[in-house]
Amino acid sequence: MRPFAYQRATDAPSAIQALAAAATSNNALTEATVQPLAGGTTLIDLMKLDVMRPMTVVDINPLARAWSAINLDDGNLRLGALARMSDVAVNPEIQRSYPVIADALKLAASPQLRNMATLGGNVLQRTRCSYFRDVSYASCNKRSPGSGCAALEGFNRSHAVLGTSEQCIATYPGDFAQALIALDASVEITGKSGARTIPLSDLHKAPGNSPQIETTLAPGELISAFLVSGRWPRSVYLKARDRQSYEFALASAAIALDVQDGVVRDARVALGGVATVPWRARVPEALLKGERFDDSLAQRVAEAAFGDAKTRKHNAFKVALGKRVVARALHQAAAMEV
Amino acid sequence: MTNDTNSPTISGFNRRTFITGAAGAAAAPFAARVAGAAGDPRVLPDASLPVDVTLHVNGADKPLTIDTRTTVLDALREHIGLSGSKKGCDHGQCGACTVLIEGRRVLSCLTLALAAQGQQITTIEGLAGGNGLHPMQQAFIDQDAFQCGYCTPGQIMSAVACVREGHANSDEDIREYMSGNICRCAAYPNIVAAVKQAAPAILSDQQKG
Repeated sequence: MRPFAYQRATDAPSAIQALAAAATSNNALTEATVQPLAGGTTLIDLMKLDVMRPMTVVDINPLARAWSAINLDDGNLRLGALARMSDVAVNPEIQRSYPVIADALKLAASPQLRNMATLGGNVLQRTRCSYFRDVSYASCNKRSPGSGCAALEGFNRSHAVLGTSEQCIATYPGDFAQALIALDASVEITGKSGARTIPLSDLHKAPGNSPQIETTLAPGELISAFLVSGRWPRSVYLKARDRQSYEFALASAAIALDVQDGVVRDARVALGGVATVPWRARVPEALLKGERFDDSLAQRVAEAAFGDAKTRKHNAFKVALGKRVVARALHQAAAMEV
Repeated sequence: MTNDTNSPTISGFNRRTFITGAAGAAAAPFAARVAGAAGDPRVLPDASLPVDVTLHVNGADKPLTIDTRTTVLDALREHIGLSGSKKGCDHGQCGACTVLIEGRRVLSCLTLALAAQGQQITTIEGLAGGNGLHPMQQAFIDQDAFQCGYCTPGQIMSAVACVREGHANSDEDIREYMSGNICRCAAYPNIVAAVKQAAPAILSDQQKG
């Protein structure tokens, strides 16, 4: 690991001030020379791998006193960005009103990692693409812009089939962000000039021609909270993976339904493990709305979810797997007693 | 690893004394001061200087002078002399380094020592809190829950937390909530048995405590 200076922020303004040093460097946030440290489960790992090379690390954990509350007021949800995954997953109100959130958190990582990792850091976790994580590969546009993408012709079994470009096919590895995007969540971002709120769907950027730019966050900005309107008791997160536990998704689905008298009034579908960003599947949602739920509808929705899939040599199986995950998750959500 | 090179005996000149003189009030918002005024990227801090930190380990204060890169795991093993916590993958994947910080199981290999300031760290050496064995340690012996033993300290720390978190209600539950601890000897069935054996004593202690 390269040497770095450690600073411990005492409150949000001191954290923002320290992180703002990176704002003048004109780099993407992911390449910034000053990085915030929360749970550290991505940052310290990638620093050991020499993938991330900050010169200064700003410890923002003291901000947790102000930024880790779980609030369900007026039927709306506010999750502090420094809440730990494990604490949110076991919250009875979250389990009751937002099972998709509780399950996405519970099915991620290991108990130790969930005790450490924060919600904000979780949403910003970096891809597990082995060509990104291993600096001995020269070609990675995300790590070294313009160098090429070793995954295109490499071993790309775990790579994305949706939202890819000829510059990058790295999968967004998380689970929680899919639950959030399915629920139309917003993200509150705190920076130098105060807080701004954007839809979570505007946070992550598909790779396009600049895979090194992963989010719309500016250097010097921190995620301070996530906001969800309304309650979604009929919601599920289904995750298919190589092992039963402690593994990233090969394909996952976050589903939220509002069903009245057997008819789908509102539907939310998001996909994980198959896309370069947390993936909202709006066409499938439109197919569901106003329809009576049955297996034939579930199959049509699943087909539509992967209509734009672009497969590579080793990852074509994700389309068939992903469709089955979507169909099963829809059935599970429809059958829930709420 | 390259970050264990600073001896805890280095004294006299350290970052804190250096910075107090060099940076003055500019770094005041920060508990650990660094060279260079916060917010000015042109003044690069000298990250090669060691820093002073006190860790609270198994009930005792441990004042250290360390490189900023030092993890809690390296601080325990290389600076404090507590080698019970093991370094397996050093990337947060295997669980061999599991310790309790403020009573929560975490991976010491991904936790910076500087970030653990002011928090209570419990390692396998401090688990029993005396000369005897903790019920979970005894259960691992009784159930033959290890072969080579390398993962065992992490397994035991994780198992204690698993029980306290209320996740030892069934074999399936135990397997799911012990999945962050890899055992390459595959003693898994015996580990599940050990967790089940020790759970009642730990839960009863928790109720008393």
